[in-house]
Amino acid sequence: MTQPPPRILYCHCRYAQVVPPSVKDAVLRQLCEAGVAFEAVPDLCELSARRDPEMARLAAAGTVKIAACFPRAVKWLFASADMPLDPATTEVINMRTGSADDLVPSLLSTEMHPNLPAGKTEPTAAATATEPELASTPGNTAPPAS
Amino acid sequence: MALHDSILRVVLHEGEGARALSGAECFSAVQALLEKGFPVSRPRTTGTPNHDGKTPVLVAGAFTKSRTTTAGGDEEVAIDESGSGSLLQAAETARARAGSPEPGAWLPWFPVIDYDRCTNCMQCLSFCLFGVYGVDGAGRIQAQQQDNCKTHCPACSRVCPEAAIMFPKYKAGPINGDVVSDSDLQREKMKIDISALLGGDVYSLLRDRSERARSRFGKERDADKALSERQKCLTKLGEIVADLPPEVLASLPSPIQIARKAEEARARAAAAMKGN
Ligand code: SF4
Ligand code: SF4
Repeated sequence: MTQPPPRILYCHCRYAQVVPPSVKDAVLRQLCEAGVAFEAVPDLCELSARRDPEMARLAAAGTVKIAACFPRAVKWLFASADMPLDPATTEVINMRTGSADDLVPSLLSTEMHPNLPAGKTEPTAAATATEPELASTPGNTAPPAS
Repeated sequence: MALHDSILRVVLHEGEGARALSGAECFSAVQALLEKGFPVSRPRTTGTPNHDGKTPVLVAGAFTKSRTTTAGGDEEVAIDESGSGSLLQAAETARARAGSPEPGAWLPWFPVIDYDRCTNCMQCLSFCLFGVYGVDGAGRIQAQQQDNCKTHCPACSRVCPEAAIMFPKYKAGPINGDVVSDSDLQREKMKIDISALLGGDVYSLLRDRSERARSRFGKERDADKALSERQKCLTKLGEIVADLPPEVLASLPSPIQIARKAEEARARAAAAMKGN
């Protein structure tokens, strides 16, 4: 049985200039011209903060390629919205660091190169510090009441 | 602002009753919609668009017959040669009708915690004056009030000793989510040490400055001087907490309020630590 092609998610990083506009426009244009199915979101950061149900649909899509920014950021944006991505089936294409000509072939390829940082998949596994550590850290020095 | 409302999604329908869009048609529609803050799906399937029922949906396509709703009851709008104007107008109307949030009302700038690195030390919770951080039922640190975060302020990422706080829209690594190198980590730890050398923390620095300003104010009764002292004090904070934007400095509470807020945040952090 043939595997379905990976789902494609494109993030337009609408509210910042961190992804060069020329790169994101060229990626989107080539995605449209390729005639493939895709999901496009204005701003993944915003969806994450809103815990938008769209995130769950996208996270549950099975194999997925995400054109956005750094894999570490994308991993924890999904996880902090309680919709963790599966590291085995997720590849993030970083539009902050590559040219469209380099990135689009990876985005359209059916071959997967999962690249989420290894480690925990959910915040629930956070380590806990001990109380003395809290007391000794300078940021916790409380100013006396003025 | 109700952060937790779903944003209306536009589904490009190229199945039954609609022709396939050309690359150019697709690009112009999708780009225009994204710029206005609408998520878009291009499923390329032949049936009616499916969705979760939670997100309001508008179906757009180059329909071969004129209709206003799909078989599933979703509202429809035609994509035609007249440009994206009518599409955007229909999307805006559908959004207003669905009570879906307007884009751009909030710039999504907020801390994202990398739990592979976080040690749950609560420094961020103690430091943040704007109540962005909280703890979950299990006592774990969380960014909870993202919309309280001051746009472009990455200060809490500077106090995290583990370089665990990201602002994905920040200009440089590792705060933007780029990999954390050993030298980054050393630098983050150094910053804490520097702040300790300067007298414990930035709050006490602010307080001391504020007290000096107050005593001078008492003697001189010179409101301008007191104000300039406060400004100097805030500038100093800006030097310590690298690249704090001026608009954030300007909107900081008074030193007295800062002292109170810091005390409250510290108490919350201590309570969370006790619960662990
Ligand atoms: S996930 Fe990355 S590319 Fe997308 S909106 Fe956030 S910062 Fe921009
Ligand atoms: S300061 Fe960093 S390590 Fe400590 S709780 Fe906050 S995110 Fe975690």
